[in-house]
Formats: sequence, structure tokens, C-alpha cells
Amino acid sequence: MLSSQIKSNEIVFGSCNKDLLEEIIFYGIELGADFVEIFIENTDNSSVLAEEDFITSVSPSFGRGAGIRIFKEKKDGFVSTNDLTKHGLMRSVSQAIEMLDIVDNKKREVFNGLNNHRDYSLSKKKWINEVPSIHEISEKLLISTKSLKKNNKILTRKGSYSRNLQKVIIASSDGTYVSDIRLHQTVGLNVIACDAQYRSSGSRRFGSSGMPNEFRLWDHEKAANDVFESSMNMLYADYVDAGQMPVVLANKFGGVIFHEACGHLLETTQIERGTTPFENKLDEKIAHESVTAIDEGISEGSFGSLSVDDEGMEPEKSVLIKDGILKKFISDRAGELRTGHKRTGSGRRQNYSFAAASRMRNTYIAKGEHSKEDLINSISDGLYCKSMGGGSVGATGQFNFAVEEGYLIKNGKLTSPVKGATLIGEAKEVMPKISMCGNDLELAPGFCGSISGSVNVTVGQPHIKVDSITVGGR
Amino acid sequence: MNSREITTQISKAADFLNLKKWDYGASFSNDYSVQVDKGEAKQLKASQKQILTLRVWNESNLVGITTTSDISESGIIKALNQANIASDFGNENEKTEFSPLAKDPIEVKDSKKRNPVGIKKLLTLLREAEVKLIESHKSIKSVPYNGLSESFYERVYANSDGAFRSYTKSQAALYLYARAEEKNKKPRSSGSVKLGNGVEDLDIESCIKDASNKTISHLNYSSIKTDKYLICFSPEAFLTIINAFSSMFNARSILDGVSLSNKNSIGEKLSTEALNIYDDGLHEKNISSSPFDGEGTPTKKLCLINKGRIENFLHSESTARIFKTIPTGHAGLGSKVSVSPDWIVVEKSEKNSDLKTSLDHSTYEGEFVYIEELNAIHAGVRASQGSFSLPFDGWLYKNGKKISIEAATVAGDIKYLLKNIVNIESSQEVTTSGISPHIWVDELSITGDA
Repeated sequence: MLSSQIKSNEIVFGSCNKDLLEEIIFYGIELGADFVEIFIENTDNSSVLAEEDFITSVSPSFGRGAGIRIFKEKKDGFVSTNDLTKHGLMRSVSQAIEMLDIVDNKKREVFNGLNNHRDYSLSKKKWINEVPSIHEISEKLLISTKSLKKNNKILTRKGSYSRNLQKVIIASSDGTYVSDIRLHQTVGLNVIACDAQYRSSGSRRFGSSGMPNEFRLWDHEKAANDVFESSMNMLYADYVDAGQMPVVLANKFGGVIFHEACGHLLETTQIERGTTPFENKLDEKIAHESVTAIDEGISEGSFGSLSVDDEGMEPEKSVLIKDGILKKFISDRAGELRTGHKRTGSGRRQNYSFAAASRMRNTYIAKGEHSKEDLINSISDGLYCKSMGGGSVGATGQFNFAVEEGYLIKNGKLTSPVKGATLIGEAKEVMPKISMCGNDLELAPGFCGSISGSVNVTVGQPHIKVDSITVGGR
Repeated sequence: MNSREITTQISKAADFLNLKKWDYGASFSNDYSVQVDKGEAKQLKASQKQILTLRVWNESNLVGITTTSDISESGIIKALNQANIASDFGNENEKTEFSPLAKDPIEVKDSKKRNPVGIKKLLTLLREAEVKLIESHKSIKSVPYNGLSESFYERVYANSDGAFRSYTKSQAALYLYARAEEKNKKPRSSGSVKLGNGVEDLDIESCIKDASNKTISHLNYSSIKTDKYLICFSPEAFLTIINAFSSMFNARSILDGVSLSNKNSIGEKLSTEALNIYDDGLHEKNISSSPFDGEGTPTKKLCLINKGRIENFLHSESTARIFKTIPTGHAGLGSKVSVSPDWIVVEKSEKNSDLKTSLDHSTYEGEFVYIEELNAIHAGVRASQGSFSLPFDGWLYKNGKKISIEAATVAGDIKYLLKNIVNIESSQEVTTSGISPHIWVDELSITGDA
């Protein structure tokens, strides 16, 4: 008998699970659910750490689990489990039904069975054999950390790599039945430089999705030079003076500010909470007319790209802001149900233990027409933020971002490096002050932590000029 | 399978694979949580989780590791095999061993393990709390961030040398973050978190009151002039700073070159003689206490700063061996074993004559900035460089009045901060991350909008 013909009592990856999934969904509908969704996951991950000239950590991990979500009207109950047997999954459905206190099941929804299987994994099954081996990864990481040893001021050198391979099956009572394999690889380099009482650090991270060969192609020498130069430039930097000033934010990871300060406010989860100032601003001007912002999941190889989201929908390219006018919110199934904004293929979660939520994918400000020099030349006294560190946004929309590598701008020229700068503001007030966009759009990978856990994203922008912002310093 | 059966299963599988030396740490949990939105259930969540981390030593005594959520027989065999393969990449320069204390007796305090109250009860309690918080003041329009949860878990450590430790525990948490809005003013938000052994131990009323008072107290705000100010840190804010720079006491960080301290820093004067800091994971107020760490070493109270001088570092098995001391019970199981503090206790030592005791946050009439809560720690702290630049919630006290600060950051250097402590108030307060009195620091930079 072919494996696909076996009526299994347990979810088995690589086999046809349609009958079992239908049975479980039907069970939930029979008990009175309006909607049943099953997300099943199998992971195979590895990470490697090189410190100085040695491999100091190799950490493989694997796991499996299921997340079951039941909707009743606008409420939802979510149960996660490691038990993928029929018994375990049905118990989870019962638990979710019980949590929602569903007792009146007279108005029963109709479940007509699952649609034909959309299998996005067919061309991806070979990936696991194509990714670099631990030996290969270790060798390249050690070469990379060696490249960082460019003078005796470098105190520590680190290179890290991680690979996540995730197989998913998604089935729901609207007939959705899909499978996919996702591959994410990321590599980072960082150094600490030290000379007497002076200290600085430099770091860069690179990442890709769905490209098993990408690590082999990574230009470690260029990356090492970049990290080294950054740490040397900042080693003797003075602390920046605090104040209000114009700033130019570099491209690539500079886009983290738009992601954190504005992008999150355009997720329907924020409308549900009543915490976005943009809730009733569709088709209104919320940014300077030079700003067009996009969120999409389709750029090939980008860290936030997907074949299908975690609710079984193909991702779309969403123009969030067009010439300063708000055009769209980022929405998932619950967002559509509760706010009326159509799904955008943005239902994402870290893993099976989180319910999907509206989350960004590849989010960036579109390129403009200016050169980087145009932006800098337009400022007589300000700050150039070449490399951004992390940041956060408070419950009332105020953001705070550390500048990892900054330079003063005096009379249209870059001058001395400065450290300790923090950019402080509110999206609503800062967006109209982005007055110039460069022509050098680039993306950078990152991890975004929010309601449904940590997900892979890219941020991006060309160089942009903000006319005035609060810079924290000393 | 229960934890004893899993240990037996691992032992059998290891024998089958001819793996002589292994250990593992595991956790098994059942969690339930609810969120509400204006009286309606928003998301109800239950999860059953199991995580197993296995380490295997090869014939060269190099260690490899694997983590899995699959604790079936085949999952355990696969994990042992993967760990064995990973051991080929084990770190020859810093070998790991079992903790010499992994079989020592552990102090298991009365865990006050509670029974689940169930989702429906959680929902009822949270709905009531949301209503009370909104009704507490006309400007409070919503409670956008809220949650009530209960967890029941078991943690286990065992090794091939016969060590076996296990403990079970329950824990509940409530958080309420209110949002207040007034015409022609920016919305303000603040909140409170409470922990307990179980839901019945949570002080829900005080969580509502704290969240309400904090939020309302920030309604009338003003920007602050960028300058240097005398600062009073709340207990919570001071503990946040100490935890953020705990790499100063962390032997792992010292060995990795990312600490401000070095191997010879024991005895170094960091602060006024009036300052004592301990790590006390077994403190009776620590709801999350664990009687052993990831390597099975018993948790214990450790003095980190004694009369202003560094007294001890936090250690794992391998860092302790390198420093020629004993593990302190602060290890986290991993391919590279991590080290971290459990529960920080800050107190005034008996050598406190140099303190300016007139500085008391409830009576002092001069100008100062009160920092209630520090934010964005992951972004604004450079632990390896000692610097910080952090947004905060707080007030400016001036001319006998206090006014909420609209938006500002405090920036400085941790060593400067510790050296410039000018008062340590007498009364300690319990927070979710430790215990501390109010701490006064002279001259830190504040950046504001004014």
C-alpha cells in the first residue's frame, strides 16, 4: 500500500494527511466552532558560533507541534501541543471549544472538506541536502573571524550562523490545505575594539530565505572589513551633544525606524487594541509627500519573503503609504474579522505555539530621486546615522533608537564620529518631517518580536533626511 | 512519560548507542492565558510544552548538545545521535564537565503549588479587573495591554553519574497597561505587573490601583530641559540598571571579553561603601525561584558587592574551574553554558555614614528627577562599553511640585553612576526582578524636548 493511502492516526510529514485533518476540522465544526484552523510544524535547526579562532558552540535542535485555533464570532481560542496524534489533536480542539464556552451549536457552520492540496514544498525538498554542512559552516566562520583580526585593538571577534528549516501543513475549515518548506539562514559578525579606556563595537548581520547556497556566496571579507572599519571609526568618538537637529538616516538597516515606529502602527492588531493614531486615517496624509512605503512578502530570497503565510494565503505586495497618503493596513484573518481590513497574506507566527497575527514581512520606504550627497549637503548642522542599533516603541507610539555609528554633519559635510546618540520621537510627528528620500534603496534582514513571537523580516529604505528629531546624548 | 521514565529511557538509549557520559535538562509545562478587550474575551490560550536539552560527551571528552520537543523513543534516540555528532565540534579549549555539586542536597522551599483555576475563572477575573481599571478614572479609556495567566511546570536535571533533580511549581501573572486620553493632550500609558504562586495569590486590587495611579499621575505632563540633574531611581529602575550591567559580575562575560570587569576585579571598589548587592535566587519573595541551575548546581545566596567592592562573580561549572572556585548555581544549559543572575537584592550596608540622608523621595524639597521606570533596555544599554541611554517614565520635582516628564532619556556610564551614588534610602521594596531601596545619584544627563 502507498503511504498516501494509509489512514493514519498521527500527522506524518511527507504523507497525505487530508483525511485526518478533515476529521479533526469536522469535529470542531460539529462542536459549534465558526472556524477551525490547524497549523502543524516540523523544524530542523542548527547554529554555530565561532569566537576568536575556535568553534565554541554547535547547537542542533529539532521539534514538532501543532497550533489549533477556533473562532466563534469574533472571539478565538488557541491551543498548542506537541502531541500530533489524532487523539492529541482532537483533545486540543475540545479544549479550545471549552475555553470559548461554546454550548449552543445549533447554528452550525458548513464544512465541505479540504480543497486540493496546494503543495509549495515540491521544489524545496532538496534544500536540506543543499545547505552547507556544519564542517563547511565552521570553516567559513573561522576564516571570517580571522579576517576581523586586523590590528591589536580588536579585543573580541565573533561569527555566528544559524539555519532554520521549517516544514508546515496548514488546514482550515474554509477548505485551505497547504504545505510548505521554509529555509532561513543568517550569519553575523561582531567585534569589540579596545584601547586603554576607549571601547567600541561593530556588528553586521546578513540573512536570506529559500536560498540554500547563499551562505557559500556570502562575501565574508567585505563584511569583515565593514565591521572592522566601523569599530575603528567609533573607538575614540566623543559623546554626541543632545538636542533637536536634522538627521540623515543611512539606507538598509536605517529602515528599522520606519518598521518599528510606523510599520507596527499599520498592523491590524494595533487597530484591535486601539493603540494606533492612524486608525481612521485611510486616504489621509500621514507622511511627507516624498514618502511611499511598502510591505511585501514576495522579493526573492529576502529574509521576510514567503510562498504562503501561516494562515495559508499567498503574500501580496501592499502599498501602505503612497506619496504620503495612507492606503492600506497589514492584516491577517483575525484582523479582517475584527477590523474589516482585507487580509494581505501577513498572518505570521514564530512557531506552532503562537496564534498567527498581522505582521510585517519585507517593509521599506521606496526610493526617491536624491543622492546621498544631496541629503547631507542640505544640512548645515546635524547628524548622520550610518548604522542603527536596536530600538523600541512604547505603548503610546513613542520610539527610541540607538545609533551604533554616527557622524556630525557640519556645513553639508560629514565630520567627526560621535557615540551615545539616541533618536527619540513619535511616528505621527516624524513621518511628515521625512523631506528627502535617496535613490539607493537597500534591504537588511532582522528579527521582529511582537504578539506572535519572533519572525524573520527585512527592513529597508534609501538614505532619508528627517528635518528635525530629538537626539539623546550627554 | 514522567521525568523518571524519561531519564530511564535516555539511559537505555545511551547504552544502546554506546554513549557513556550524558546529561540533560528538561521542562514540561501547561500554560493557560487570557486577554480581554472592553469586556470581551480577546484571545484565550492553552499550551502543553516539553523541551529536552541533551548533552553527550564523546571519547575525547568533548561535549555536543541537541534540543528537542520530541520526547518519543525515536525522538530521544535522534537527539542523542545529533548531540554525539555535534560533539565532534566540542570546544577543546574550554572543556565542560558535570557540576561537582550536581548531587549536593538542594534547598527546596515550600513551593506553595496551586491548582489550576481554569480559563473561565481567569476570564472572569480579568474582565472584572479591566472594568475596575477603566472605571477608576474618567480619562482611562482602555486597557490595551492586559493578560492573566497561570503556569504549571516541572524542571528536571539528570546525568549519567546518577544525579537526578526535579521540582514542580505553579506560577500566575497579571499585567494591566492602561491608556488615558484627554482632549488636546497626548495619550499616556502606564501599567503594573503582579506575580504569584497561583491566581489566588495575585494581588489584583493593588495591580489595578498601581496601574491606575501610575497612568493618571502622568496625565499632566511637561517637557524637560536638556541638562544634568540629581536623580532618584525607583527600586524597579535601579534593579533594571543593575541587571542590564550584570556582566560586571559574570565570569562567562569576563572570559569572553565583554565585561567591564576582569579576572582580577575581585576587591575593586565600584561604589560607595554603603552599597551591598546580592544575588539571592532562593529569596522568599522570588516567585520564580529554582532550587538548582541548568547544570544541577544548587541555587544559593551570593554577595556580589560588599561595602562598595566586588566580592564574587557568578559562575558555571567551567568558569568556576577556570577561576579555581566552585560553581555558584547560575548556569544555563547550552552548547556554550551561559551564566546569569537570578534575583538581585540591593541594600544599605552598615558603613553608610557618607550618605546624604536628607535625600528622601517622599520628603526632599529640592529639584530632582525621579525615574520610575526605564524602557528599551535592549536598545539603549551597551554592557561591554558601560554606557546607557534610556527613555524613562518619571517626574521632575521642582519648587515643591512634581510634574510628569513628557519624553526624555537618561544617559550615562554605569561606573560613573555607581561611584556617584549619594544616598541609599532605608526602606526596600519588592519588585518582579528583585528588591531594592530608592537610590540617589548625582549629576546624570537628561535629554528632553524643551
